[in-house]
Amino acid sequence: MARNTLSSRFRRVDIDEFDENKFVDEQEEAAAAAAEPGPDPSEERAQGVVLKVLTNFKSSEIEQAVQSLDRNGVDLLMKYIYKGFEKPTENSSAVLLQWHEKALAVGGLGSIIRVLTARKTV
Amino acid sequence: MSLHQFLLEPITCHAWNRDRTQIALSPNNHEVHIYKKNGSQWVKAHELKEHNGHITVLSLDWHPNNVLLAAGSCDFKCRVFSAYIKEVDEKPASTPWGSKMPFGQLMSEFGGSGTGGWVHGVSFSASGSRLAWVSHDSTVSVADASKSVQVSTLKTEFLPLLSVSFVSENSVVAAGHDCCPMLFNYDDRGCLTFVSKLDIPKQSIQRNMSAMERFRNMDKRATTEDRNTALETLHQNSITQVSIYEVDKQDCRKFCTTGIDGAMTIWDFKTLESSIQGLRIM
Repeated sequence: MARNTLSSRFRRVDIDEFDENKFVDEQEEAAAAAAEPGPDPSEERAQGVVLKVLTNFKSSEIEQAVQSLDRNGVDLLMKYIYKGFEKPTENSSAVLLQWHEKALAVGGLGSIIRVLTARKTV
Repeated sequence: MSLHQFLLEPITCHAWNRDRTQIALSPNNHEVHIYKKNGSQWVKAHELKEHNGHITVLSLDWHPNNVLLAAGSCDFKCRVFSAYIKEVDEKPASTPWGSKMPFGQLMSEFGGSGTGGWVHGVSFSASGSRLAWVSHDSTVSVADASKSVQVSTLKTEFLPLLSVSFVSENSVVAAGHDCCPMLFNYDDRGCLTFVSKLDIPKQSIQRNMSAMERFRNMDKRATTEDRNTALETLHQNSITQVSIYEVDKQDCRKFCTTGIDGAMTIWDFKTLESSIQGLRIM
C-alpha cells in the first residue's frame, strides 16, 4: 500500500479525541468519531481505539448498535472489522466475528465488497 | 449471418448507435474505435483516446442522439464523450450534457477519487438525459444531466452488478454476480432506491434437466438426484448482460439476460408484476 509520507495532516490530529476515558458513555458516537479517516500514524491509533470500543460492548448490545448506523457507518464498521482481523490479538477475533455477523446482516455482501475495493484505507 | 473481423485484439464491449449505422467498440484497452459502414465494408471513422493511462474500457452506450457516447472503464470512472463526426452526423441539438460537442470532447466524468470499482456497465435512458452505471464496489449510480448533472449513488448489499439498462425513464434493471436481475427506481427528486429482486424462486418456469446433465451428475457426484447444489435463482451463474427485448428503453415490456452459465432468459414484466406483490414499473 502506498504511504503518504509527504502529508503533514497528522499534525492536526487532536490526540485528546482518542482518550479512552471519553468513550464510556457514548460508545457509538465514539466509534464514528474515531473512524475519521486519517493519515497513517493516527490510523494505527484509531484502529486500537475502535477495537477497544468494540470489545467494550456487551454481546447483546451489538445488534442494536449496528442497527443504529446508517449505510456509510456500516461500511466503515466493516472496514475496521477487517482491519482488526489483519492483526489479531488474544481475544480480538472472537469479538470481531460477533460484530462481523451483525454487520453482515445489515450491510450484506456489498459492504464486504466495498471493503475489498476501497482504496482509502482506515 | 456473417462474421466481420475488426481487429486481432479482443473486443471488450460494443454499442450500436440508434440507427445502427455506427458501432463503437473497445479493443481491450483505453481506446474507443468507431466504425461506420461504407457499402458492405466497415471503415474506421474515428478513435477516442481520452481515457488516459491505458485504462481498459469495459462498457459503452450511445446516447439516443447518435452523437454522445458513454464509456465505463477500469479506472473506476464513467465518462461521456462526443463522437460527433462533422462529415457523417447531422449537427446535434443541444442536450442537457452540453451544447457544444466537438469530436472527442469530454462532456462529463464521474467517479474515481479513492472509492469505487471498475465500471462494468453503463446505460443512457431513453431520453438521454439520465445515465446509469454499475460498478464493482456493489453500487448503482445515476447521473441526471437535466438537474445540473447531479449524481445519486446507491450502495447495495448485493454482489457487484455487471450490466445495467434503463427500462423506463424512472426504472433501471441491473444484474450481475448474484445471478438475479434487480429493479431500481430513480424518482424525479433524484432519489435512487432498490425496489425488488426480479427472480423470486417460486416462479413456475422450471428448468428441465437433460439426460446429459443426469449422466454428468452420476459421473461427477455419483448421484442421479438433481439440484442439491443448485442456486435458487434461474440463472446458475453470474449474469453478464441485460438487454431490452421488447419495445425500448422508454417502455420496456420484456428484457433478456445472458450469463456465465450459458443460459439466456427472457423476462416479461407482465408476469413479474403479477407474481411479485406490489411490483410496478413506473
